[in-house]
Amino acid sequence: MVHSNSIFFEKYNVTLRDLEAYLSEALSRGGDYADLYFEYRINHSIVLEEQIIKSATKGVNIGVGVRVISGEKTGYAYSDDLNRENILKAARTAAFIANASAAGGSLRVPTPLNQERNLYPIPIYPAELGIAEKISLLQQSDDAARAYDRRIKQVQASYVDETKHILIVTSDGRATWDLQPLVRLNVMCIAEENGQRQSGYQGGGGRGVLDVFTGDLDPHALARESARQAILQLRAIDAPAGPMEVVLGPGWPGILLHEAIGHGLEADFNRKKTSAFAGLIGQKVGSELCTVVDDGTIPFRRGSLNMDDEGNPTHRTVLIEKGVLQGYLQDRLSSKLMKAPLTGNGRRQSYDHIPMPRMTNTFMMSGDSAPEDIIKSVEKGLYAVHFGGGQVDITSGKFVFTASEAYLIENGQITAPVKGATLIGDGPTVLRQVTAVGNDLELDQGVGICGKEGQTIPVSVGLPTIKIREITVGGTEK
Amino acid sequence: MIQSLQDIAQHVVDRVKNSGATAADVMIREDDTFSVTVRMAEIETLKEAISRNLMLRVFIGKRTATSHTSDISGAVVDRLVDETVEMARLTSEDESGGLPEPGFFQGHFPDLNLFDPSWERLTPDERISLAVRTEKAAFETDKAVTNSEGASFEYARSRVALANTIGFGGEYAGTSAAVVCVPIAESKGSMQRDYWMSAGRHQRQIETPEEIGRKAADRAIRRLGARKIPTCQVPIVFDPLCARSLLGHIFEAVAGSAIYRRSSFLVDRIGETVASPYVTVVDDARMPGGLGSSPFDDEGTQTQTTPIIEGGVLLNYLQSAYTARKLQSRPTGNGSRAASGVVTIGPTNFYLKAGLYGADEIIRSVKGGLYVVELIGFGVNTVTGDYSRGAVGMWIENGEFKYPVQEVTIAGNLNEMLKNIEMVGNDVTFVGSIAAPTLKIGKMVISGA
Repeated sequence: MVHSNSIFFEKYNVTLRDLEAYLSEALSRGGDYADLYFEYRINHSIVLEEQIIKSATKGVNIGVGVRVISGEKTGYAYSDDLNRENILKAARTAAFIANASAAGGSLRVPTPLNQERNLYPIPIYPAELGIAEKISLLQQSDDAARAYDRRIKQVQASYVDETKHILIVTSDGRATWDLQPLVRLNVMCIAEENGQRQSGYQGGGGRGVLDVFTGDLDPHALARESARQAILQLRAIDAPAGPMEVVLGPGWPGILLHEAIGHGLEADFNRKKTSAFAGLIGQKVGSELCTVVDDGTIPFRRGSLNMDDEGNPTHRTVLIEKGVLQGYLQDRLSSKLMKAPLTGNGRRQSYDHIPMPRMTNTFMMSGDSAPEDIIKSVEKGLYAVHFGGGQVDITSGKFVFTASEAYLIENGQITAPVKGATLIGDGPTVLRQVTAVGNDLELDQGVGICGKEGQTIPVSVGLPTIKIREITVGGTEK
Repeated sequence: MIQSLQDIAQHVVDRVKNSGATAADVMIREDDTFSVTVRMAEIETLKEAISRNLMLRVFIGKRTATSHTSDISGAVVDRLVDETVEMARLTSEDESGGLPEPGFFQGHFPDLNLFDPSWERLTPDERISLAVRTEKAAFETDKAVTNSEGASFEYARSRVALANTIGFGGEYAGTSAAVVCVPIAESKGSMQRDYWMSAGRHQRQIETPEEIGRKAADRAIRRLGARKIPTCQVPIVFDPLCARSLLGHIFEAVAGSAIYRRSSFLVDRIGETVASPYVTVVDDARMPGGLGSSPFDDEGTQTQTTPIIEGGVLLNYLQSAYTARKLQSRPTGNGSRAASGVVTIGPTNFYLKAGLYGADEIIRSVKGGLYVVELIGFGVNTVTGDYSRGAVGMWIENGEFKYPVQEVTIAGNLNEMLKNIEMVGNDVTFVGSIAAPTLKIGKMVISGA
C-alpha cells in the first residue's frame, strides 16, 4: 500500500465535501465528465562545475487543474494554490466549454480508493533528504571523471530530484492518490587535446532515492562512462553518408522504438487519423522477430507509475506481437471515443497541463541471437551504441535519432569510432528491416525525457541488440 | 487590497535581509493566459488561467542558492526564504558570484511598446473565431487538405517585477499572441502535415487568419508525393523558419556560459572571421514591440543592442553578471531566469540581419539543390559544430521547385556552414525571440537513398 491517506486530506484539510462542490461547479454548464488534479511537487537541483558546488535550487509547486469534457471538447483551467475560491473560479472557467443549455452531467460523490500496489516503495522521499549526501554524489563524479584521463578539462555534474504528491478526483466517483519520487544524476565532460574539444555525457536515475545510484548508476561508473565517451570522440572519424546495415546496441538505442513506433501508436493521433499508423491494427508492420511493449508497471523505473495522471492503473500493453500491430496507448478521452479499453497512459506534465496519451517504459523483447554473432554477421555497417535525442513526424511516419557513439563494422569486426550522425527512417516499415534480435534486452539508465505538444514527462526505453538491414545514416563521408 | 508585483518582490527582499543573507534578488512573473485549439471546425481544447512564479536568489558572501514557488502566500515564501539561505550555506564560494555591480542598473526604463491593450477588448468568442477562421482558410485552400491537427490561438498578458537588496526595483508588462495552423493534406493514401504560424505582441504584427491558414495549407500540399533522393553534395536553401534554428545554434555557441565552459565551437574566436561577409547578427533587446524586448534583464541589468557578428567577424559573446565576471567582460543584459530561478543566458531579439535578395531570387540561383522547409532531430553538437539533421524540402532544378523530398538528412559542420552562406534573404521572420531570413549555404551533404 502506498500511503493510507493523501497529504491533501491530511495536511491541507481538503474535504470530500469540497471536492464535490468543485466537481459540481465544473459540471454546472452540462459537461459529460470532470476531474480535479491536485499536485504538490518539490524539486531540488544541485550543480557542480569547475570543481565547486555552483548552485543549489529548490522549487515548490502547488496547484489544482480542473478539466471538463463535453463530447470531444475539453475545457481546462487551474489554480496556483489551494484557495477554495480560486479552485471554484477555475471550475467555472473550465465549465464554459460545455453548452449551457444542456443538462448538468451526472456527478457521483467521490469515494477515496487506496492504491493496492506500490512500484516505488522507499523508506524516505527525496524531499526529506539533506543536501550533503547529494553533494557527495557530485563530488565523487567529478573526481572519477578527472581521474579517468588528463585530457578531461571540464566536468559538469548535476543532481535533480522530485517528490510529487497527486490526488485525482473524478465526477464518476473516484478519488485516488499517489506519491511519486524521481531522482537523476548527470555527468557531462569536455575533453581537450591539441585545440580540439569533444564532449561526453552519461546519466542515470529512477523512481527511488539515493540508493538508485549503485552498480552501473554509481557516480563513479557514470562519470567514467561520460569521460570515456568524450575521450573516444577525440579520435572519431567522419560518419558515413547513405543507406547501410546498422546494428543497434542494447538499452538506450531503444529510442528507435519510442520515435518510430511509440508516438505513432498514441491513441489521440489515431482517433484523429493523423498518424501514419491509423488503421493498421492487425496488420504486419515488422518482422516476426519483433515484439514491442509499453510497460508502466516495472518497479523503480523512470517511466513507471502506480496510476496514470487520470487516476487509472498503469498496464503492460503489447503494441506489436511478432510483427503484428496490436493496439494503441489510450487516455480516457480517446478510449471513450474509440470504445477501446483504458491502458493507463493518460499523462500530463503538471497541474497546468491537459492529460493526453503518452508512453511509459517502451521496449522490444529479447530474441535468440547472441549479440557477438549479430556483429560478426555484418560485412560493412554501423554499430551504434549511444544516442542523443530523436524526433518523429507522426503524419508522414519519418523519424530520426542521433547516434553519439558509433563505430564502423568491417568484415564482422568493430573498427573506427565515428562522429555523431543522425539516422533517418520510416516508422511503419523500419521493423520489417529487422533481421536479427539479440538475447540481451536492457532498459536504459533512467534519463529519458519525452516532449509532446509542449509537455515533457519522464519515460524509459529499452532494446536488445538488433540488426536492421538498411537505414539511412546521415554523415558526411560519401 | 491589490499589491503590485514589485511591492511583493520588495517585501520578500526585505524579509531576506533579516535572514542572514548578504544579498538577494527576487523576480516574480505573472502570466494571464488564454488558449484555444480548434479542430475540424469545433473547439477541441479551451484553457484559461493565471499563473505565477516567484524566483528567489540569495547570496551569503560568494555562496549562492535559488528557489522558486508557484504559491506566493506569506507562509510558504517565509519558509522558502529560510530554506534557501540554509542551502546557500552549503554551496561553494564562487569568486565570480554576486548581484550585478550597481553601475549596470538604470533608473528609468524606456517604453519599448510591449503592451497592446486592444487584445483585452476581444471577447472569448472573437478569440475563438481567430482559430476557427484560420483552420477554415486552410481547408478552403484546396480539397487536398483533408484533415487537421487543428488551429490555435494563444494569448498571454504578462507582468515581470524584480527587486534586489542593493536598491533596484522595476516592473514591466507585455502582451504576446500567436496563431498556429497545422493542416494535413492527403493524396493517394499518403499524408503530409506542415504548419505556419504568426506571432507578435501587437494585433497588427500578426498575419490575418486567412493568410496563415492558406500558407499552412500550401506548405502541406507541396509536400505530397515526397521522395527520397540519392546521397549527394549540393547547395542548401533554408526557409526563414529553418534558418531560425541555425541562429539558435549560433546563440548557444556565443552564450557566455558556453564560453567559460569552453563548450562552444566559437570559443577564443573574438575578432576572427567566423562566417561569410554577408552575415551580420545582433541581439537587440531594445527593438520596439519585439517579442524578446525588455527594459532590463532578469537580474535587473540594463538591456542593450549587442553586435554579435558583423560582416562575418565575431565581435561579442552574450553575458550575464556572472559570466561577465568569469570572462572579464561586461554584462550585456542577457541574464535570463529559467522557471527554476537559476540565472542562465537568454536571447533577446537575436537575429541575422536582412540581406539583399528575395527568396525567389535565391531559389532561382540554384541549379541543383534542396530548399529545406522542416528540420527534425537534435543532431547538432555546439561543442564541435558537427551538424546532422533530418530534413524535408523541395528539390530545386535550374532555379525551380521540381518535387518534394523527405527521409533524408543534411550534414556538415557549423564552422563551414557559416562560412558558406552565399546569399541572405530580405525576409527576416519573427515568430519568437530568435529569427532569420532565407539563407543559402553553398554546399552540404544530403544523405538519402
